[in-house]
Amino acid sequence: MSERPVIEINGLRKTFGAIEVLKGVDLSIMEGKTTVIVGGSGQGKSLIIKHILGLIRPDSGSVQVYGKEMSNIGKKDLKEIRMDFGVLFQNSALFDSMTVFDNIALPLRERTHMSEEEISDIVNDKIEMMDIVGSNEKYPAQLSGGMRKRVGLARALVLKPRIIFFDEPTTGLDVAKSSELYRIFFHTQQQLKYTAVIVSHDVPKIFKLADYVALLNNGVIQGCLPPEEFQLSDDPVIKEFVETTMGPLYSGEMEV
Amino acid sequence: MFDLLEKLGSYCLYHVNQIGRMGMFLFYALLSIIRPPYKIYPIIRQTYLIGTLSIFVIIFIGAFTGMVLALQGYHTLSKFGAEGLLGSAVALSLIRELGPVLAAIILTGRAGSAMCAEIGVMRNSEQIDALECMAIDPYKYIMAPKFAAGIISMPLLTAIFIVVGIAGGYAVGVGMLGANEGMYFSSMYNDVTFDDVYMGIMKSLCFGVLIIAICSAKGYFVHLIRGGGFGAEGVSKATTDAVVLSCVTILLFDFIITSVLL
Ligand SMILES: Nc1ncnc2c1ncn2[C@@H]1O[C@H](COP(=O)(O)OP(=O)(O)O)[C@@H](O)[C@H]1O
Ligand SMILES: [Mg+2]
Repeated sequence: MSERPVIEINGLRKTFGAIEVLKGVDLSIMEGKTTVIVGGSGQGKSLIIKHILGLIRPDSGSVQVYGKEMSNIGKKDLKEIRMDFGVLFQNSALFDSMTVFDNIALPLRERTHMSEEEISDIVNDKIEMMDIVGSNEKYPAQLSGGMRKRVGLARALVLKPRIIFFDEPTTGLDVAKSSELYRIFFHTQQQLKYTAVIVSHDVPKIFKLADYVALLNNGVIQGCLPPEEFQLSDDPVIKEFVETTMGPLYSGEMEV
Repeated sequence: MFDLLEKLGSYCLYHVNQIGRMGMFLFYALLSIIRPPYKIYPIIRQTYLIGTLSIFVIIFIGAFTGMVLALQGYHTLSKFGAEGLLGSAVALSLIRELGPVLAAIILTGRAGSAMCAEIGVMRNSEQIDALECMAIDPYKYIMAPKFAAGIISMPLLTAIFIVVGIAGGYAVGVGMLGANEGMYFSSMYNDVTFDDVYMGIMKSLCFGVLIIAICSAKGYFVHLIRGGGFGAEGVSKATTDAVVLSCVTILLFDFIITSVLL
């Protein structure tokens, strides 16, 4: 099967005030694959995702989704592309004056012509899948951070997206819950065959899920490699990242 | 010297930019009312929040405005022996000026500020970004019901204000000060023309759109206000700005509309 990039980022630069956060990011996201972006806090991982979503304009460089340039795309095309997106923001970005149920139902109500019963079925299904049964009538402020994440995930998956963006989906979840979540990702991706872009600190667990791992360091992407190659890479920056996050056990010493 | 020029230039640019943004905002928001799909429930809900919940304040202030008008009017008119004109004086000032303007200022304080804060919080917590990423148009989803509700509510609230004001004027003028009951209403009947009512309706419609536009735009662009601070402070600054700017704009447009229609 030939791989074809759905998202292509070339020479993306972004400066805030005096600080250049992104210094020429190049990244291709392949169709149907899971690409995981790792890197320290504040490196600009969320920023890359916001550029792909078309929420922020680059200072220079290009961001293309389905071959369309996001910085000068028309309103209609942009809407069409976003129809395919499922997004989990880092802070979940739930609608805080709506109940959990209404949050998840919103995309269905606004974008489809389903009846309330059909919507209710789908939403309850997702609520069960995310293990947040019994919170239907609660408001986001009444939930824990981890539960909010799961509501956000349910909302992102409810319309069967073709490209998903998850910004730190497991931060704030306990180990059992995050393993469960990875199982859910695995199954839904097998079913829906979506393209996934995941920002995560969950090294090495996330490597099991990833087809490609990209390390964002100092404003540039250091290699976008399959996880096995990533772990064994000779690149000093990647090597250091692997050693500090996973301990020497997984890295070079293994071969000795 | 150059420093000063540069500051002046960037100040002007910033404000020209802001006015342009407001204009585009108003354009898109009004356009989104016309564009399908049409959903009636959000409009009813917003009309309830903006209109229905304002009725009590409107009645209260309307009544006192009418009463004070009658007191002042009777005092002045009786100097010329023209107490008979009390009814028309009260009604005309309410219909042409005080009704639309005061109702608009009340609505700014009651609903406009709340709207600005609500949308500002949505912006700050990335809820608006989330809507956009779900391919849901924030203009259609958030703004259209608010604008529709403003356009529906404002003339009705103004009408209530005026009717209650006239009743208040009647209570004080006829009940307390002993003006002639028949004259109160017949002078009103003779002097109030359709043009006066038309002016009142036009004003209230314009003010309604202006209030909603200014207050929701200030919230929507809360992240772009220069020197506005961040988070809660940014929202509080935006809300203050929205109320002040709305009131100033209402008075400015009151003058413009009056001079055009007179
Ligand atoms: N809207 C903004 N204004 C100013 N600076 C920003 C903005 N958004 C992000 N940044 C800066 O960009 C950097 C990267 O942020 P982010 O993408 O959130 O990092 P992370 O990799 O942790 O997700 C941070 O240093 C942050 O200060
Ligand atoms: Mg982040």
